[in-house]
Amino acid sequence: MSMRERWPVLLFACVMAAIPLVSGVPPFWIVLLDNIGLSALVAMGLVLLTGVGGLTSFGQAAFCGFGAYTTAVLTTAYGVSPWLALPASLIVSGIAAVILGLVTVRLSGHYLPLGTIAWGLGLFYLFSKLEFLGRNDGVSGIPPLSVGTLKMLDPGTIYFAIWAAVLISAVLTMNLLDSRVGRAIRALRRGHVAAEAFGVQTPRTKLLVFIYAAVLAGLSGWLYAHFERTVNPTPFGAEAGIEYLFIAVVGGAGYVWGGVLGAAIVVVLKEVLQSYLPLLLHAEGQLETIVFGILLVALLQLAPQGVWPWLISRLPFKPVRKQADTSLALPPRPRAAGTPDLLLEVDKARKQFGGVVAVNDVSFDVQAREIVALIGPNGAGKSTTFNLITGVLRASSGTLSVLGRKIRNARPQEIVELGISRTFQHVKLVPDMTVLENVAIGAHQRGHAGALASMLRFDRADEAKLLAEAARQIARVGLADQIDQLAGSLSLGQQRIVEIARALCADPMLLLLDEPAAGLRHMEKQRLAALLRELRDGGMSVLLVEHDMGFVMDLADRVVVLDFGTKIAEGTPDMIKRDPEVIRAYLGAAA
Amino acid sequence: MNSTILLFLIQDGITNGAVYALLGLALVLVFAVTRVILIPQGEFVTYGALTYASLASGQMPGTAKLAVAMGCAAFALDLFTERRALHARKIARAFVVNIVLPCIVLAATFWAASHHAPIPLAIALSLVIVAMIGLFLYRLAFQPLAQTSVLVLLIAAVGCHLAMQGLGLLFFGAEGQRGPVLADAALTVGPLRFTGQSLAVYGITVAFIVGLWLFFGLSLYGKALRATAVNRLGARLVGIRTSLSGQIAFLLASVIGALSGILIVPITTLYYDTGFLIGLKGFIAAIIGGLISYPVTAIAALMVGIVEAFSSFYASNFKEVIVFMLLVPLLLLRSLATPAAVEEEKD
Repeated sequence: MSMRERWPVLLFACVMAAIPLVSGVPPFWIVLLDNIGLSALVAMGLVLLTGVGGLTSFGQAAFCGFGAYTTAVLTTAYGVSPWLALPASLIVSGIAAVILGLVTVRLSGHYLPLGTIAWGLGLFYLFSKLEFLGRNDGVSGIPPLSVGTLKMLDPGTIYFAIWAAVLISAVLTMNLLDSRVGRAIRALRRGHVAAEAFGVQTPRTKLLVFIYAAVLAGLSGWLYAHFERTVNPTPFGAEAGIEYLFIAVVGGAGYVWGGVLGAAIVVVLKEVLQSYLPLLLHAEGQLETIVFGILLVALLQLAPQGVWPWLISRLPFKPVRKQADTSLALPPRPRAAGTPDLLLEVDKARKQFGGVVAVNDVSFDVQAREIVALIGPNGAGKSTTFNLITGVLRASSGTLSVLGRKIRNARPQEIVELGISRTFQHVKLVPDMTVLENVAIGAHQRGHAGALASMLRFDRADEAKLLAEAARQIARVGLADQIDQLAGSLSLGQQRIVEIARALCADPMLLLLDEPAAGLRHMEKQRLAALLRELRDGGMSVLLVEHDMGFVMDLADRVVVLDFGTKIAEGTPDMIKRDPEVIRAYLGAAA
Repeated sequence: MNSTILLFLIQDGITNGAVYALLGLALVLVFAVTRVILIPQGEFVTYGALTYASLASGQMPGTAKLAVAMGCAAFALDLFTERRALHARKIARAFVVNIVLPCIVLAATFWAASHHAPIPLAIALSLVIVAMIGLFLYRLAFQPLAQTSVLVLLIAAVGCHLAMQGLGLLFFGAEGQRGPVLADAALTVGPLRFTGQSLAVYGITVAFIVGLWLFFGLSLYGKALRATAVNRLGARLVGIRTSLSGQIAFLLASVIGALSGILIVPITTLYYDTGFLIGLKGFIAAIIGGLISYPVTAIAALMVGIVEAFSSFYASNFKEVIVFMLLVPLLLLRSLATPAAVEEEKD
């Protein structure tokens, strides 16, 4: 966070610190604020997990349970100090997350949220059946938190502990999101193919956010246990897990402060409904649940993205984005000394999908400082060939060599390490990230800062270099004016250029471009061709798939033609233009 | 364990499993068409069951009034969303569907409650009432959100569940109820005794599975629903009204839910909040079926029922733990079985 972003947080912290000191604030408000803080912690984890990372979890209440029960058992049965129980609570929640996460994050699509409901419910019943957790009665007589002689017995004193935890967690979470690891997390929601193509270890990143969210929930559980001084299974059941999720969604699941705002809205709304509705309507029953449910649906219809972004878009001033310091430079990727001429050799590559042969024993190579075009009618297997080279798909047979070394079943992350980076036929950018942030993902494997370093801001030197590299590549492709715009707001042609900048950020020796000129205007195409020539003259090779024949024939040194998965011709553009096989494939036999 | 107990447990499991299968099918149907994970499915079960039980004991169920209230709200919403293109026929149609129909049903319910209506009439009225509630629920809560993400739809579903469960308490009180059995006949095969009720459960479940299969395979509406499930935009482009598909899906789901409730309320006492847990188990089956496959869902539901019966016999304390924890390895298996090809998350 820059200074500008820090001021509002500081101001908020001061206001929160002052509230209990103002005389005349009803003690009941303080209790409400305590509850808001406790929920906000869990919701913040969900923001990262669900809103940002796209992993929906209904099971967060169970992690609160792990935190709460750990401290409850340690402090009552073993007389451990609550402060010593804190790391234990966090570790137990974290370990539970590792075990559940190893299974859960492998679940794809809709299995994931449903899996979390399943173990959320299972753990709830486990809490209520285990003897040493006191079954349904739970554990009582938990000691209060104390600092020196000050015992945090009343809601007004533990308030400070709760809100200090909320604020610190919020700052750490925002730091994490605004970093190399954070960009990887934010890219998760848009599928893993693009992120992995630039070295992001998506399973590990998913597990990381899963653990992070669980530890925040464990922290909330620890605070809860010392706030209520008693724990029982009820607040850790499925209903609570669902409630945390809608706190995050109502507040704005993509925003750290959305979690806090959502907690405030939900807790206050429930309280107001519980205390005033019965007076108003003179009827018994769960009236507040009815009205609460209806209001929730109405709120979602008014602001489907959540209340926080709705509020922010109504603020008179816009957030200022930081400028990258382009004087910094990343060290270039290490290269083999005296780069050999043969960069990439594809030998009899074959890919079968069931009975369909998409790529049929295709062989070709790419030399150093060369632009090779891969052309062919739709469905010829061009993009599949790209996916074979970059490790997105596994070849049925055939070999692939990079710099003379055979590559067997390499994953996309290893391919980009070798110096091959790519763009996609269907643009794969994160639309709600800026151009700068999107392009910086390209340099992911050239940075080193991990999650902890990012949270504590020890990553700034590393991060500044990554952003500088990204800014330089954006300027190089001619999009410097759009650097702070959201990627989703650009035209399709510009988004393709952003993808090229992202691929350049990986400092490749070979650039794979899948239809880079589609959607570009004439002038833009000429600029792109000039850029690619410049890259070649600088020592890079380019392999591109393209349908615009004028563009290809002008630019390419060599052309490889595929038809129905089979290579039918290879040669210089002039040879290809006259090749009868090629003409037949494109125009039919009669032509 | 001897073989008699074994058979009893299996029989018990299959009876419960058949009901879970019905609910699982409804969940799959609704999710496929509307992308809504229908948490309030459990409420359809309790509403159906308790409306039937109330009518059978001569009480006026509050659900009939709810249908009228929701109908009025739906009418108002229709008028509001169509305010720029209103004409007499549209208004008349909306008026008949949203106001006249529920009022007729309310009057019929009132008459039935005060005259101790015969069981078939009570069943028919319960089904119609819950069907209308399902239809209006889609119109009011989900149709305006049709373009949003699965997550938002899910949270809206939770909101509906909360509201409807609260209303359930208001209508039926905290006391549990049981309804009269559908058929008194019983059949004895070896050591097993099949009650008419459990036979009805099997029969209706099978009939519904076959019916759904025919509906989706052969009828135009069924095909339209499948088209909507596969590609919303594409379906609209070829002239399918996707909001109509959603309404049909909800209509079917609510009827299935209510029917499940009516089938089990003579066997077990139902409370206003029982539906949630029953719905969840149908859910497990639906998940195992991947929210896509009807036959896998039906088989999985039977498995859930049998596992539940066995675990309640051996470790009744941990019954729910076992049933829900069982799901995790199954989900993992399914995830690994689906080819990890190029997948894209769209929302």
